[in-house]
Amino acid sequence: MTHLIEAIELTRYFNIGRHQRVHAVEKVSLAIAEKEILGLVGESGSGKSTFGKTVVGLHDKTSGQVKLRGETLPQHYRPADFQRYASRMQMIFQDPYSSLNPRMTIGEIVGEGLRLHSSLDDKQVKDRVAEWLVKVGLQAGHMSRYPHEFSGGQRQRIGIARALILEPDFVVCDEPISALDVSVQAQVINLLGELQSTMGLTLLFIAHDLSMVRYVSDRMAVMYLGSIVEVGKADDVYFTPKHPYTEILIGSNPEPDPELERSRPSTAISGEIPSPVNVPAGCRFANRCPKVMPVCRDVTPELLPLKDLDRQVACHLYT
Amino acid sequence: MSEMAHKAESSVPLLVVENLHVEFDTYGGTVQAVRGVSFSIEVGKTLAIVGESGCGKSVTVQSMMGLIPMPPGRITAGSARLKGNEILGRHIIKGRDIRGSQIGMIFQDPMTSLNPTMTIGDQIAEPLQIHRGYSHAKAFKEAINLLSMSKIPEAAKRARQYPFEFSGGMLQRAMIAMAIACKPSILIADEPTTALDVTIQAQILDLLQDLQKETGMAVILITHDLGVVARMADDVAVMYAGKIVEQGSVDDIFYRSAHPYTLGLKLAMPTNDPAKQHKLNPIEGSPPDLFSPPPGCGYCPRCPYAMEICDRQQSDLIALSGHHASRCWLHHPEVTQRPEDLTYAEGQR
Repeated sequence: MTHLIEAIELTRYFNIGRHQRVHAVEKVSLAIAEKEILGLVGESGSGKSTFGKTVVGLHDKTSGQVKLRGETLPQHYRPADFQRYASRMQMIFQDPYSSLNPRMTIGEIVGEGLRLHSSLDDKQVKDRVAEWLVKVGLQAGHMSRYPHEFSGGQRQRIGIARALILEPDFVVCDEPISALDVSVQAQVINLLGELQSTMGLTLLFIAHDLSMVRYVSDRMAVMYLGSIVEVGKADDVYFTPKHPYTEILIGSNPEPDPELERSRPSTAISGEIPSPVNVPAGCRFANRCPKVMPVCRDVTPELLPLKDLDRQVACHLYT
Repeated sequence: MSEMAHKAESSVPLLVVENLHVEFDTYGGTVQAVRGVSFSIEVGKTLAIVGESGCGKSVTVQSMMGLIPMPPGRITAGSARLKGNEILGRHIIKGRDIRGSQIGMIFQDPMTSLNPTMTIGDQIAEPLQIHRGYSHAKAFKEAINLLSMSKIPEAAKRARQYPFEFSGGMLQRAMIAMAIACKPSILIADEPTTALDVTIQAQILDLLQDLQKETGMAVILITHDLGVVARMADDVAVMYAGKIVEQGSVDDIFYRSAHPYTLGLKLAMPTNDPAKQHKLNPIEGSPPDLFSPPPGCGYCPRCPYAMEICDRQQSDLIALSGHHASRCWLHHPEVTQRPEDLTYAEGQR
């Protein structure tokens, strides 16, 4: 299998003064195959957005590497690097309200990438922008309008057009639907899915809505406090979770089915995600884990493949 | 309150809201946010009000709590009676403000709903001092009790801390402790878990259910998450464009959806039941502009079953069975043929 993009022991710390640092992403290795959709789930503070941003170069890497088609990407992006890679890697942001410049028209926002990265003249840029606005379900006439004239769902479509107009290979979708209403979420997901298959995109789909990630993704990765605890086929991870954290996370996801909800026991666990400043030794989930063993508090489990299963789990239960 | 008292009251609804209309004046004109909402809730039950942003679900409960800023807001019609007493437009009943004592409320964003300059304990003690006339010391002691009831560890220490020292989930617990301080008969929870992670959401929902069992209070849960509705609600009201379009028991709404909008919402969500896998069917278009609400059904332009009449005139709520009702012409007795999806839904009735 050829990997389009590969993170190798990718680490990102943030210094917060007084010789303290936030261990946002710690030694995460994750490879995404060509045309694959990898879903990344986890609680807020688990480092999933930081991981996505580090992969596309919006954050510097503290250590580790990211490879795009085998080519190692720079540790720190200078403007020239963005110029070089922006047409191949793009990002769709969570908040469609704050991620569009309110002083630019839609035409300027969507066309900016083309003006910077292609040799098209103004007329051609305009035509291409019009074509893309129609592709994402807006109208060419919207080009001269400003972001405030659009609803949340429409703005997210604009964000999608802006990211995809350069026809990148790889797109990080950072919670693209969590700010939208249910009926609009489905519109945006179907649009993304359609474009993904027609353009052959590879997606890293970051979200906290587990049902939606399962629906969208080929594979699913679960992140907890900066590291990956489980990776596998999306349906397998959802229906037969192996890591105790995955089990709890999926058990906490309320299903729109009253009978099922009445019949299943509550899986709420006590405690909250610990601060990523003072990361506990050993397994990071040990202090909340219902199946904790003595070894968990001393030795950090590695992400290892399970026997006979297309699954990787970081848990001492399986070693 | 004793068990006996609960039983005696349960035959009469605790709260009855009838024909509520709320408008807001804005620069762009008058928004008709709530256009005739009626519902009732019984002692100890949970009513979920579901709908998309802008459908009027928050405005409905805010107007009951007197939280609508007037102007620009205006309650143009309707009534809300709590145990027979009218509460719309006035909150002092028999010399006491019902807000905080009879009806408690928790808000969506716990980070911005608490006073950052007061300790958590003082904030929880405040309603007890106001409504019960407790001394500060007595109220503070009760606040510590309430915090431990809300399952906050080291409650005595936590009561002396400020909101910034709490996590989001802990703040929501503190807000619940404050809302139930005076043992209200109704707790209004406006999107109580929307800002929280699923694991924390599960904790908060468990806590709400436990407290409801202990105190016998009724809960009005405002949410857009159908999963949370399925987990919590006894009864459901689905709102669209300022009106209730379908109401009934939670099973009616999920298993016998009658209004095309309810059905549309369900089909727009992924299901995790392997037997019921389907492709996502988005509801195309967007809700109507409530500056000039359409004369007919607000859902008509997005509705796959829209008929000629839907554009001109909206149906009343048509009773289906029990207290299940749908605001759709398709359920009018004179309609002989119903679309397959909805007949299918009816077949299970």
